[in-house]
Amino acid sequence: MTEPRSGPRKEGGASGPASLFDPGTLLRLGAIGLVMMGVVTAFAWSAGWLSPRRLTQARMMDALAAVDGVHPGFRRNHAKGVCVAGWFESSGQAASLSKAAVFRPVRSAVIGRFALAGGMPFQADAPAKVRSMALRIMPPDGAEWRMGINDIPVFVARTAREFRDLLLATRPDPATGKPDPARVGPFLAGHPDVARALALVGARPISPGFGDDTYRSLDAFRFINADGVSTPVRWEMAPMQPGGPAGAVTGQDYLFDDLLTALGRHPLSWRLMVTIGAPSDPTADPTLPWPADRRQVEAGTLTLDVAQSEDGGLCTGITYDPLVLPPGIAPSDDPIPAARSAAYMRSFTLRAGEVKLPSAITPAMIAAKERP
Amino acid sequence: MNPVVRFSALARVLHWLMAAMVLGMLFVGVFMAATEGPAYARLVALHRPMGVAILLLACVRLANRLLVPPPPLPAGMPRVQRIAALGSHIMLYALMFAMPLVGWGMLSAGAYPVVLWGPVRLPPILPHDPALFAALRHLHGWLAFTLFGVIVIHLGAALLHGLILRDGVFAAMASWRRGRRDGI
Ligand code: HEM
Ligand code: HEM
Ligand code: HEM
Repeated sequence: MTEPRSGPRKEGGASGPASLFDPGTLLRLGAIGLVMMGVVTAFAWSAGWLSPRRLTQARMMDALAAVDGVHPGFRRNHAKGVCVAGWFESSGQAASLSKAAVFRPVRSAVIGRFALAGGMPFQADAPAKVRSMALRIMPPDGAEWRMGINDIPVFVARTAREFRDLLLATRPDPATGKPDPARVGPFLAGHPDVARALALVGARPISPGFGDDTYRSLDAFRFINADGVSTPVRWEMAPMQPGGPAGAVTGQDYLFDDLLTALGRHPLSWRLMVTIGAPSDPTADPTLPWPADRRQVEAGTLTLDVAQSEDGGLCTGITYDPLVLPPGIAPSDDPIPAARSAAYMRSFTLRAGEVKLPSAITPAMIAAKERP
Repeated sequence: MNPVVRFSALARVLHWLMAAMVLGMLFVGVFMAATEGPAYARLVALHRPMGVAILLLACVRLANRLLVPPPPLPAGMPRVQRIAALGSHIMLYALMFAMPLVGWGMLSAGAYPVVLWGPVRLPPILPHDPALFAALRHLHGWLAFTLFGVIVIHLGAALLHGLILRDGVFAAMASWRRGRRDGI
């Protein structure tokens, strides 16, 4: 910028500035204005400002809030939860399917979270509420793998829009506090796939607690091996401890209490069972189960031995984005993981910038159950 | 015919390449931040390496700008206009650095892996801090809107020079004919 501001700067053949009120000049000024407006309009379109019907992250958050309200500082879904930690020990058996570092015969550190589906951080535990496990698996040298998996057989919508519409259709009626049958009925009639998926979810066997529950990816992914061969997969975490007696199902936090008690006595383990999809199996539609006879590979064992409250726990300051995948695991044509990735970042941004009340599962509750 | 006094070839190539990239990034950015569709994953996967490429190119461009002085502005240009030109260029440079650094920094603070392509990942440049993640995510958006605003004004000013003032300012960046100052 030290160059002297003098010297010629003439365009070949061009004459100097024309009068501002010359018709040609006005025309050019108008053209410049149009170009600028065009760019701004295109930008506004990209940002969705001109498309009130586009399903954006913000509108997905609104739909979740319409069902469960807004609870600052908490996850916008799966709000009630507890952090856990442990490790994943690969069996080496999935290494031929995926080159991911987690499947080499190594032990990877795990930061996890158990939660109840739904956006209410202080909801009462109940047997039929959907339970979840979230995992961040970090191999000693290699890329990490994150997942959030649920104890239901299939997901309840094929696309993000269908899920949003389901949320809005089943949101509680302010008068009764329950979903309005006049809204739910027509929605299900118009979405037979959702009705079928909800029936499968409703008919699932319900285990007594978090510790003896089976958690499933629901979404399909692809394993890529060292030769570049891609295999469609879904997976589940199958419990290695037997179910306790269905016993007392009372108490606001009985599911979490049971989990903390069990973890206070001994570590809990799950087998990672990877289901190999056949070429005919639907990968783009998580409401459709795969046939029960598909080959499964036991990829390794997850062991959790430590519980931590969300307040100060290691699972709070991250999001279990299902597209945080290592090389060797890739998304499929299932549209839900991308929708989740987008929604989880938005939820994370909102809650990480808010002041949060103490979580339902407090550090004191955990300390009371800890092994000496 | 009078020779055109132009920016160096490298400056011009970088300007137009980066103009396309930065505008592309702004459009991709606001689109992906407003969609729950399957394009989200593909666009974010494109957005990260493109942003980092802009950061690298911005380093080359700044060095070139400091080493090879730009052609002088027209002699009779009013002082305010000179200040506006210089000020907006400084802002554009600052934002070309700030946008990718804030993007990289926010993913670092949110404990996201910063994946460029396949196994190529960048190390975190900030400690894991969720509140910082939230602040930087908002900053990334605000800076993007500021950058877009400055670019629209820059575009309007460039067209004003090219179509109405015709004082050679537009040609200094946009002309392909050889001129006196053609260096690198
Ligand atoms: C379009 C569909 C979906 C939307 C919009 C959605 C939305 C959300 C949101 C906003 C969160 C909170 C994220 C955070 O703040 O960190 C969340 C958490 C979670 N979601 Fe989803 N979700 C969807 C589908 C699914 C599916 C298909 C599964 C299971 C396979 C799932 C499992 C989970 C789990 C396990 C968590 C809790 C993670 C944790 O404990 O931190 N979600 N979901
Ligand atoms: C979209 C159409 C664009 C047009 C027509 C345009 C035009 C111009 C012109 C004519 C100049 C020369 C000004 C002078 O001599 O002082 C210039 C300079 C400059 N432009 Fe643009 N520009 C555009 C987009 C952009 C974008 C998107 C960026 C940045 C992100 C940008 C950054 C700059 C910078 C930093 C300079 C100063 C010269 C340098 O050091 O490279 N321009 N532009
Ligand atoms: C010149 C460089 C860049 C530009 C112009 C740019 C622009 C943008 C824009 C306009 C948005 C949307 C903001 C909003 O609507 O709130 C955005 C979001 C984002 N950018 Fe960038 N960005 C740049 C570099 C980067 C880099 C280097 C990274 C990461 C390494 C990055 C990661 C992201 C992420 C993760 C989002 C959020 C997506 C979401 O909200 O779901 N950006 N960017």
